Amino acid sequence: MHVEWIWGLAGGTLIGLAAAMFLLVNGKIMGASGILGELVDGSAGSSRYEKLSFLAGMIGVPAVLVWLSGGAETHATGNILILLAAGLLVGVGTRLANGCTSGHGVCGISRLSLRGIVATVFYILAGGLTVVLFRHVLGWV
Amino acid sequence: MRNLYSAAAGAVFGIGLWLSGMTDTTKVIGWLDIFGDWDPTLAFVMGSAIVPMAVAWRVAAARRVPVIGGAFPPAPEPKLGRKLVLGSVLFGAGWGLAGLCPGPAIVSITWGGVSGFVFIVAMLAGMWTAPVVRSRLDALEPAV
Repeated sequence: MHVEWIWGLAGGTLIGLAAAMFLLVNGKIMGASGILGELVDGSAGSSRYEKLSFLAGMIGVPAVLVWLSGGAETHATGNILILLAAGLLVGVGTRLANGCTSGHGVCGISRLSLRGIVATVFYILAGGLTVVLFRHVLGWV
Repeated sequence: MRNLYSAAAGAVFGIGLWLSGMTDTTKVIGWLDIFGDWDPTLAFVMGSAIVPMAVAWRVAAARRVPVIGGAFPPAPEPKLGRKLVLGSVLFGAGWGLAGLCPGPAIVSITWGGVSGFVFIVAMLAGMWTAPVVRSRLDALEPAV
C-alpha cells in the first residue's frame, strides 16, 4: 500500500497555488511545455525574461531544498535509447498539442476547457497503453 | 517586478512537483500501470492542483485585469483538431516510456543525473523541431 499520496495532496495543492499565482498576478497560463517550448523555438518574444525567471525559480529553489533534505531520486531508466525516444516524443507531442500535464491538465481542466479535457484523456490513454505494452507485453522497462 | 513574481510562481511550482513525488518516475509509471502495483498518487496531485486553479479562474473572471496589469488569457479555443489529438498521443507515449513530463523533468535537472540530462536534451530537440512538424501537418489538407 502506498501512503505517499498525502505528499501528493500537499504537493498538488502547491502546484495549484503556483498556477493560481501565475494567472492572477502575471496573467499567464502556467504550462511547463509552453514556457520552455516558446523559449526553444523563439516564439516567446518579449515574454522571454518572464519565462526565464520562472524556470530559474523552478530549478533553483527546489535544488537548494532537495540538497538540504539530503537529495532525491528520479529512478529514471538508464536506457539511453528509451530516454532519447521518450524525450523526443514528449518534446514534439506537447508542442503540437500546445500543452502538457500542467497546461492542459491543471490549467485547462480547472476552467472546463474541452481541449484540456480531450488532451488529458488522450495522453493518459497513450501513457497507459505504452506502459502495458513495454512493461507487460515486451518486458523492456 | 514581473520577473520576480514569475520566479516566485516557478519556485512554488517546483517545490510542489518535488513534494508531490512527481519527479519520481516510479510513481508516474506506477499510476499509469493499472495492471501492476497501482500507485494512486498522481490522481491526488492532479485533483488537489485543480481546486485552487478553479478558484483562480473564477477570481480572474471577476477581476478582468491581472494584479500587475496586462491581460488575462483569452477564452479557450473551442476547436479540437488533429494536432491536439496526435500531439497528446505522442506526448503520452513518451510520458509512459520514461515516466517524465516537462515540469518534473525540468525541476529534477539538478538531481536527475545523466538519465535526466539525456531526456531533457531529447525533449528540447523535439520542441525545437515541433514548428516544422506543425507546418507539415497544416499543409496536408484542411483540418476537419
